[in-house]
Amino acid sequence: MTARVLALVLLLAASLQAQVTFDRILHPEKEPQNWLSYSGSPFNQRFSPLAQITTANVKNLELQWIWQAKSLEKYEATSIVVDGVLYTVQAPNDVVALDALTGRPYWTFTYENLPDARVCCGRVNRGVAILGDTLYMGTLDAHLVALDAKTGKLLWKTQVAKTGERYAITHAPTIVKDKVIVGTAGGDFGARGLIAAFDAKTGKEVWRIHTIPGPGEPGNDTWSGDSWKTGGAGVWNSGAYDPETNLVFFGTGNPAPDWDGRQRLGDNLYSDSVLALDADTGALKWHYQFTPHDEVDYDSTQVPVLADIQWRGRPRKVMLWANRNGLSYVLDRVTGEFLLGKPFVKVNWMDGFDPKGRPQRVPGKIPTKEGSMVMPTVLGATNWAPPSFSPRTNLLYVGAWENTGTVLTEGLSPRAAGRNPMGQSTLTPNLNKQEDGFGVIRALDPQTLEKKWDFPMNDITWGGVLTTAGDVLFSGGKEGYFFALDARTGALLWKMALGGQINSGPMSYSVNGRQYVTVAAGTGLFTFALRQ
Amino acid sequence: MGGVGKTLFGVAAILLIAATASAQQHETAADIEDGGRVFRSSCANCHGQDGDQVPGVDLGRGQFKRAQTDQDLIGIIQKGVPNTGMPATNFSNQQAARVVAYLRSVAASRRGGAVTGDAARGKLVFDGKGTCASCHRVGLAGSRVGPDLSAVGLQRRSVELEQSLLDPDADVQIANRTYRVVAKDGTAATGRLLNIDSFTVQMLDSQEQLRSFMKSDLRDFGFVASPMPSFKGKLSAQEIADVVSYLVTLKDRTVQ
Repeated sequence: MTARVLALVLLLAASLQAQVTFDRILHPEKEPQNWLSYSGSPFNQRFSPLAQITTANVKNLELQWIWQAKSLEKYEATSIVVDGVLYTVQAPNDVVALDALTGRPYWTFTYENLPDARVCCGRVNRGVAILGDTLYMGTLDAHLVALDAKTGKLLWKTQVAKTGERYAITHAPTIVKDKVIVGTAGGDFGARGLIAAFDAKTGKEVWRIHTIPGPGEPGNDTWSGDSWKTGGAGVWNSGAYDPETNLVFFGTGNPAPDWDGRQRLGDNLYSDSVLALDADTGALKWHYQFTPHDEVDYDSTQVPVLADIQWRGRPRKVMLWANRNGLSYVLDRVTGEFLLGKPFVKVNWMDGFDPKGRPQRVPGKIPTKEGSMVMPTVLGATNWAPPSFSPRTNLLYVGAWENTGTVLTEGLSPRAAGRNPMGQSTLTPNLNKQEDGFGVIRALDPQTLEKKWDFPMNDITWGGVLTTAGDVLFSGGKEGYFFALDARTGALLWKMALGGQINSGPMSYSVNGRQYVTVAAGTGLFTFALRQ
Repeated sequence: MGGVGKTLFGVAAILLIAATASAQQHETAADIEDGGRVFRSSCANCHGQDGDQVPGVDLGRGQFKRAQTDQDLIGIIQKGVPNTGMPATNFSNQQAARVVAYLRSVAASRRGGAVTGDAARGKLVFDGKGTCASCHRVGLAGSRVGPDLSAVGLQRRSVELEQSLLDPDADVQIANRTYRVVAKDGTAATGRLLNIDSFTVQMLDSQEQLRSFMKSDLRDFGFVASPMPSFKGKLSAQEIADVVSYLVTLKDRTVQ
């Protein structure tokens, strides 16, 4: 094939919107121009194989277009791009199709949530998924909707759970083969978390599991009394999928009531855990609990990051996890074996692991009458914002909160039924002085979980991280700067103030051979490319 | 004192409204059009576009359960009918009168010997001889190039559907306009216009692809006639009536 024919074939491939098969989703490396799922691949590495933007030329980035959401809610969605069409979510649940080259709209799908839809922490949505010609979105009123990607027409709508029971869906669905998998938020209200798979064509439910085992199931005895019924453990971030083991992985949220463990004695499985489920049946294959009997709010709803790395001299299929509880982990994702764990910020609630990876608690680092300073803070060492792993640098990059803590003071009485769902403790953040807390982009070496470099910010960060084959790292923070770092050194290469908080993860795509990087800030979507 | 003043003012206002309402026995075409818009957005969801979806009531043919006069109808529109699905509204006398005027105009236009269609036969024509699915989509079947007809029975009156079959260009909805662009290299694309601005054009083209064009790359661009053929002379009056009957059954509320 001559270069000219090849170029023509590539041009045709780029300009035709073909069906997004699951094979395409599994192999994003074959089509670097697209971004087909929330974190770019089922491994959630948030790594773009595009290399036009490099550490040498990133200083020439130029704003190409802005799209403004007609919504004042936080813009947490990561857009996806399919063959030149960008799909994003206008919070809470409107889906918009834009021309990825110009930012001009093709269509808007407007969704009206049921009036009793309630969420704890913002009427947000983190993105859509695509399979075939169909887009999928979870909604605040706990439905899963399917839209025609060409027209925005609603194809079906399935109720996943009831709003009256405080369920909602905020994360981008996870596609596995012919299924769409979502989990439910609502853990802060005591809603017992669940994960369910639906037939992508019809919306019919295929399987469902609860994140808290029912009576007779292993783990139910880790909850005192009937506390399992209202124990939370919500799911509010996307899963990962490993085709070799056919396992789908989801992180789970805090137990409820959140800051008061007195009426839910025990480890409270499977709160603050990662669950490995058979993708066909939902059967639990293994689990690892990051924070047994959590009384702080250490949701483990970060996206699981999967990587194939050399480990102690041999290849190993691992899962990397920088957790809200301040610890970073390397797990064997086939078996769930704990391989390594280490704090990545200042942590005082534990001081080591037993051989099986259970954290050893430091006494008194729970809500007490006098008040106890627990580190990291209630909002975590990192939260839901998606991290990145670069297979070129073999580093895990995470937006972290360093030196933060919260004084937890025990309330007088346990939670009364229906009141104070978070528990009776009071929380006082310790953010008075600059050194008491700041945001940082931190590069961790999975071999040791030691820090390779830091890029500190003045303020904390809710920004996700993107790395590219040009060895550029993109991220931002609460201050509203969008910036590019050298992924190998952390050196600042470029920055721009976007005038609004960055509350999502950047991503990259290309159209007609030109690489773009896009990020949501404030209520707008900002898209950059190299100056021409 | 203030209370009396308010009351007097209120009486005056009522008299004024009553006078306005009676003055509007002769609505203008614009009033009727306005009434139609209100009907489609507020009434048609239950009554249907043709006004015949509530048993015993056929608004478009002047068949009512309770009302005799226009004033009765205005009262029902405003106050609703207790213990039924008909709710009260906050329509003004003027708005309600315009809806009534619209319904009367529809009824007047209906007095003729229309052919009665058969929906089952109409579906056969739609799928077969009419080749309608080559451009139109119903549910998951058919093309996206033309307007999606899955819920057309909720959106359009039968008289409008009949007109579209006979004279497709007479009244094209703004979302269904056809646009054509010709690039400087001579390649052309035609499709349903989705967005247009000073510098760009977005469409769903005849290959069901979402396409975006920079006007600076184009030699020519603009609206063109609908690719929908007229079926006048191609389908019999009975077949047209059958297709219309089939289309009014398409009421997929999912896509609303």
